[in-house]
Amino acid sequence: MTSMRYGEAVDFALGEAMADDSTVVTWGEDVQLIHYELLSRFGPTRVLDTPISEAAFVYAGVGAAMVGLRPVVEVMLVDFLTAAWCPVVNAASKFHDFSGGRWTIPLVIRARVGGWYADGGQHSQALWGMLASLPSTTVVCPSTPDDAAGLMLSAVQDDGFVVFLEHKLLSERFLDYLGGDSRNTVDFQDVVPAGGAIGDVPVPVEAVPFGSGRIRREGEDLALISVGVGVHRCMEAAAELAAEGVEATVLDLRSVAPLDREMIVEVAKRCGRVVAVDEDYLRGGLTGEIGAILLEEGVECSYDRVAVETTIPLAPNLEHDALPNSSRIVAASRSLLER
Amino acid sequence: MPGPKASDPASTYRMMVRMRLAEDHLVAAWADGLVPGEYHSGIGEEAINAGVVMHLTPGDTVALDHRSTGPMIARGVDPLSLMLEVMGSEEGMNRGRAGHMHLMDPELRMAADGIVGSSGPLAVGNAIALRQLEEGQVAIAFHGEAAMNQGMLMEAYNMAVAWQLPVVFVCKDNRWSITTYSASVTGGNLVDRARSFGLAVETVRGTRHSDVYAAAGKLIRRARAGKGPGLLYATCHRPGGHFEGDPLLRLTNNPITEIGTLANDIRRGLKAPRGSRADVTQGLRELTLRGGRAARDRARGAMRDPVRRFRKQVAHAQAAAIETAEAETMGTAMRTAREMVGIRPVFGKQGGAG
Repeated sequence: MTSMRYGEAVDFALGEAMADDSTVVTWGEDVQLIHYELLSRFGPTRVLDTPISEAAFVYAGVGAAMVGLRPVVEVMLVDFLTAAWCPVVNAASKFHDFSGGRWTIPLVIRARVGGWYADGGQHSQALWGMLASLPSTTVVCPSTPDDAAGLMLSAVQDDGFVVFLEHKLLSERFLDYLGGDSRNTVDFQDVVPAGGAIGDVPVPVEAVPFGSGRIRREGEDLALISVGVGVHRCMEAAAELAAEGVEATVLDLRSVAPLDREMIVEVAKRCGRVVAVDEDYLRGGLTGEIGAILLEEGVECSYDRVAVETTIPLAPNLEHDALPNSSRIVAASRSLLER
Repeated sequence: MPGPKASDPASTYRMMVRMRLAEDHLVAAWADGLVPGEYHSGIGEEAINAGVVMHLTPGDTVALDHRSTGPMIARGVDPLSLMLEVMGSEEGMNRGRAGHMHLMDPELRMAADGIVGSSGPLAVGNAIALRQLEEGQVAIAFHGEAAMNQGMLMEAYNMAVAWQLPVVFVCKDNRWSITTYSASVTGGNLVDRARSFGLAVETVRGTRHSDVYAAAGKLIRRARAGKGPGLLYATCHRPGGHFEGDPLLRLTNNPITEIGTLANDIRRGLKAPRGSRADVTQGLRELTLRGGRAARDRARGAMRDPVRRFRKQVAHAQAAAIETAEAETMGTAMRTAREMVGIRPVFGKQGGAG
């Protein structure tokens, strides 16, 4: 075990994978500067800066994966990945199926997601619901350094199309890239969950399987289910509820696609009350999917959800209200307990 | 405030000073933790912004990129309402929803979009509507040289030419794509590239206002007359880096401490087993080169200040009077904005306006 910060853990796992397999390469906007450690270890052929040409450099990732490389294509923010929606929707997730299973496309897209640091509605989205709607697509969003390393390792080793989403609030590298220490007048300490930003990582890195959730807290009164920073907001809400004598289970899904159906059903049955918490949009997304699973499996439980329902505002107070903050989670939990 | 028809030196200097002061105040507010998220200042672009905006009449549209403060101020947006918006106040021009990357003013028909290259197709759409509904008006798109590698912008050039639209693209070449040196990720020559689309291209040094003004005037008059789209290619500098706190500039400003941090990580990369020595040398070369280029361009930016350069066009006493008056206006706006926003040492939980 080595203590690592979240972003460091992702790069550590990627670095080990690159050392193990010379076909693993990475390219994207400013990767040589953001990941200078990888650059200094593997050189500019395998750590390649791209122009701001998302559609082309993501499509090129599919092309390279077809001819023997295992590219980890980095898009600075998932919001910018929408400029490359076509290769995601029509190629990366499709070509293996089009070939009747004959062609493997081992492509990883690494993109940063999420808000809580007040960067406005075009730089703070999650969008994992849209990505997870695509068949033959794996979408993961780790909430701790060990899962970040383990899921990156699985992503690189997998022969399919994986979208690896790195939460900006947990990624010290990216917060630093955005200005970091150059102003000591801003303190993210109160919003950055300590348990997600730094933690022990097994060395060598242990792969984390896709579609497998992780119980972060045990309780019998209700289940809070989330992914990414939402998990930490659930932990804060659970602590608040515990003070009132209510014990919550917190389930960290880790993967948005595939979902850990078994574990969702298990905690819902056990607790009888479920609050689905999502930093992505409410409509057509993860929270509705969890509700559908509960109905499909005939689980008898009460259900509510907390997710994003508006364009995420820039103003920090408005952003806080728009995101699934712990007060919103506590309120939803109380409403279920009072039913 | 559409600006005078001819580039009257006093009005021009006033416009440039207002832009610079607004930026200086916002950069300071960012450092004080009062601007949430990022801030991309347009310091160094004043001569270009003024040279283009002064030709515009009410009804002309302007699609902006992430350096949108300057053109907004130049065209007459109330500084207080802009500052409040950039600082994330609900009293701001977009009720705290936008921030500097998405400033929107429907009356002035100006909109900023943080997605690189998007100003091109937005301006093409503006131009289609203008041609049909308000002939004689022009659509402007501001973008950087890095955006010229974005597919949608090249697609917009083609549409503008194919449909002979009244649009003028303004490329501000500051040599940097976020924190990547543009030449290292760009094929060919950008001016040739623009010409090959069939655009009428004028090239100028963007630090020289009178050259920008003349070239922009030519392209804008042409577009208004229905003679087709153009591209103004203007070189400039970004002494403030990509955004405030730019990691490359931190490296240049504080080499001792920053290199210490970098060196530890790099040493770890070097010592890590199973890396190739040749790759390592090449990797380090790339990093050193990038740092060196950033330092060089920063020095150039400081030397070739467009506002200071233009000051010589105005009598000293008049320039001083303009500076005093505008310092008072902008200073008052920022003081008021700071009072209205209050102290917000932490974003998220205790953040917010007032």
